[in-house]
Amino acid sequence: MADQALSDVKVLDLTQHFAGPYCTKMLADFGADVIKIERPGEGDPSRRMGPFLNDEPHPEKSGIFLHLNTNKRSITLNLKTATGRNIFKELMRDVDILVENFGPGVMEELGLGYEVLEEINPKLIMTRISYFGQSGPYKDYKGSDIIAEGMGGPLYMMGLPDREPVKYGDDTTLFGIGNYAAAATMVALFVAEHQGFGQVVDFGIMEALQSCVNWQLTMHPTYQYKGAPVGRETTAFGMLPTGGFPCKDGWVYMIVDPGWWPKLVAMMEMPELMEKFSNVLDATKKDEFDAIFYPWLLERTKKELHEMAGSVKLNVGAINTMEDVLNDRHYNERGAFAEIDHPVVGKLTYPGRPFTMTETNWEIKRPAPLLGQHNEEVYGKLGYTREDLVRLREAGVI
Amino acid sequence: MAKLPLEGIRVLDITMVWALPWTGAMLGELGAEVIRVEQLQRYPRLTRGIFPKPTREIAEMLGTIGSGFPDGEPGERPWDRFAMFNGIQRSKLSCTMDLERPEGIELFKRLVKVSDGFIENNAPEVMDKLGLTWEALSEVNPRLVYVRAPGYGLSGPYRNYSGLGMIFESVAGHSWTWWYDNDDMSGILPCFHADAAAGASALFALMMGLHHREKTGRGQLVDLGQCENFLPHLGEAFMDYTMNGRIRGTMCNRHPTAVQGVYLCKGAKPSLETPPGEDHWVAITIQTDEEWEGFCRAIGNPDWTKEKRFSDFLSRLKNQDDLDKLIEEWTSQRDKYEVMHTLQREGVPAGAVLNSRDAFNDPHLKERGWPVELTHRECGTHMYPGPVWHMSKTPSRVFQAPCLGEHNEYVYKKVLGVSDEEYERLVKEGHIGDTYIGI
Repeated sequence: MADQALSDVKVLDLTQHFAGPYCTKMLADFGADVIKIERPGEGDPSRRMGPFLNDEPHPEKSGIFLHLNTNKRSITLNLKTATGRNIFKELMRDVDILVENFGPGVMEELGLGYEVLEEINPKLIMTRISYFGQSGPYKDYKGSDIIAEGMGGPLYMMGLPDREPVKYGDDTTLFGIGNYAAAATMVALFVAEHQGFGQVVDFGIMEALQSCVNWQLTMHPTYQYKGAPVGRETTAFGMLPTGGFPCKDGWVYMIVDPGWWPKLVAMMEMPELMEKFSNVLDATKKDEFDAIFYPWLLERTKKELHEMAGSVKLNVGAINTMEDVLNDRHYNERGAFAEIDHPVVGKLTYPGRPFTMTETNWEIKRPAPLLGQHNEEVYGKLGYTREDLVRLREAGVI
Repeated sequence: MAKLPLEGIRVLDITMVWALPWTGAMLGELGAEVIRVEQLQRYPRLTRGIFPKPTREIAEMLGTIGSGFPDGEPGERPWDRFAMFNGIQRSKLSCTMDLERPEGIELFKRLVKVSDGFIENNAPEVMDKLGLTWEALSEVNPRLVYVRAPGYGLSGPYRNYSGLGMIFESVAGHSWTWWYDNDDMSGILPCFHADAAAGASALFALMMGLHHREKTGRGQLVDLGQCENFLPHLGEAFMDYTMNGRIRGTMCNRHPTAVQGVYLCKGAKPSLETPPGEDHWVAITIQTDEEWEGFCRAIGNPDWTKEKRFSDFLSRLKNQDDLDKLIEEWTSQRDKYEVMHTLQREGVPAGAVLNSRDAFNDPHLKERGWPVELTHRECGTHMYPGPVWHMSKTPSRVFQAPCLGEHNEYVYKKVLGVSDEEYERLVKEGHIGDTYIGI
């Protein structure tokens, strides 16, 4: 377990907000040396976003920043100055990967387009994450999490048919994009190692969502095969319970398809139901079944129901709050959370590793960086003296 | 001429339903040779259909997913005509062997010997019972990268629980942060972030495994519990709880620091009778003062925009109920694309809410080369979604999802070097075929 998978990989990180930083977090947590470049003064805008520790807004106390930037080093650099751009080019020489999520064309306007950077570092991988990609009529349009979901497709199908569509929670979609972009970056790294060249990974959030398995890869072919788009509709079969159901202390979500009906009957320990409801696809029997089912559910907690269903292999999940999740025995036993100590916020519990690997581990070597915490370390290595750094700071470069 | 990114890599695939099948498809599109190993004796429910041989009438009772066949007709070979399978399982090959007989396992191990990766997402006991554990397979091929992605991971009290992505959304705390209202979750629909995230992480993990193998010559096992893989994606709710003890519920379509919503556009009103695709919506996020001013300009500066209750950022957030009604009055008279373009021209983040019909006609997606035309042997020619991302120097490819056992000849004769006689014997003994046995 000595090695981390990406311990030989160097990344320069120009990303901010959610999707880009999640991408570079994945790389950093598996061992890559990630240097995060932030704007002098204010840094990554996510430092200004809640939740904050004790609801106290402070650039080093944003929970989302702290979570998204583990294992990275932070330097400040103003790319709008010529000196800043020169320093950036020096940093570029030595890295394998550059990740950015500015709007399309911003890097080119700064004189830092791929053609320029490629000359300095011919094997450079440049992962570019943007809402609409680097080309096409919408490329300069602005986005947000909800717009990404709308243009990317899942939104139209989420919600009730007689109401407006409703989005996924918080910025979950954008985190997922970072997850994909990390995979895409690794593919480009594989190419650099095996074919010997770097390239641009143009990651457009809209088309990524339209192409992935968040409904789209099922619903698009269904539309093509049958000619009608899919709307907001239940996936319930006949009288069978599928969806959210109230129980003693909250809600459970379940899916019971015709093949699983005997398991539900087994879980309820009411074998007579098999005969009573011999045609489960008959939706007119739903009320009759619900009159038995709801009272049965209301006597049991969500946790009990989840575990009972687990033992008969029925698809039932407790609709957990974060409190439930943090107290859940499975997550705790698996070690899904991480304790991280940070100089300003102290020890806190964070989401832990997404998965484990037997040879190469996920590890927190350092908490999220303070703004510019590693200026001296990183610029010192390039040969800048402390006096140089003072001057650069005075000139607004770092 | 650049080669496909993953040319020369071979990955075995015993995947189910949504999450990991999609990893296999991405690998295939990137140039890996992905071999889906199937079993004629075991019909993979929810993967190649809901029922093996539904009639058209039964299929119609199985909802949108269950009835997803060309023209709604399951045909003679429904498992080859199922829209969900054909969307998710493309760009890979299919071979068959009976993994519940010793010879099937021997054949599978011969494939393992000549493969780089193996991905699967069954309950842990399935592979364990077949003897396809890391201990067994690493003896056959120590360079193998084996990604196992059961719902709850390979250990822990829930390890053998059954699960689908939509269940994990609830268990991991995502469901509590979406939907209209936490007081009534009864109508909540399935949500599919967990599947998409597991698909991505499995690809990421496999690529890291290959990278590490390059350095050390050793493969490894990845234990990816779908239920915990996307927990870090819920960072806002997670950190709010651990930092402040606050349980975050749903905000519906609202945003903590922006006027945000999904607004009705010109078209049908949403109702239980409205055919899907006839109601039209736009998503709008107005955060900064500049965006608000842009919004006012875009809608022609009507008097109400100058009222005190909307005059600054905090007032707008406080009075969003009123503001939503006024915004929707404007949007509901206009086409969703018109609203999007008009607002975006003034710097306001806005996006049409696309259904499948819109997506295949969208000029941006078309210009980006997103829709791809594929001809499927059993289904004819249709458009499908294209690759997830673009790479500037390496090509990519998309090809049709495999019919059951479609590539048996290639896999057995070319990959394994099985003789014609042995091949015939394996056909007779029910390892090789293109139709389920005993269903």
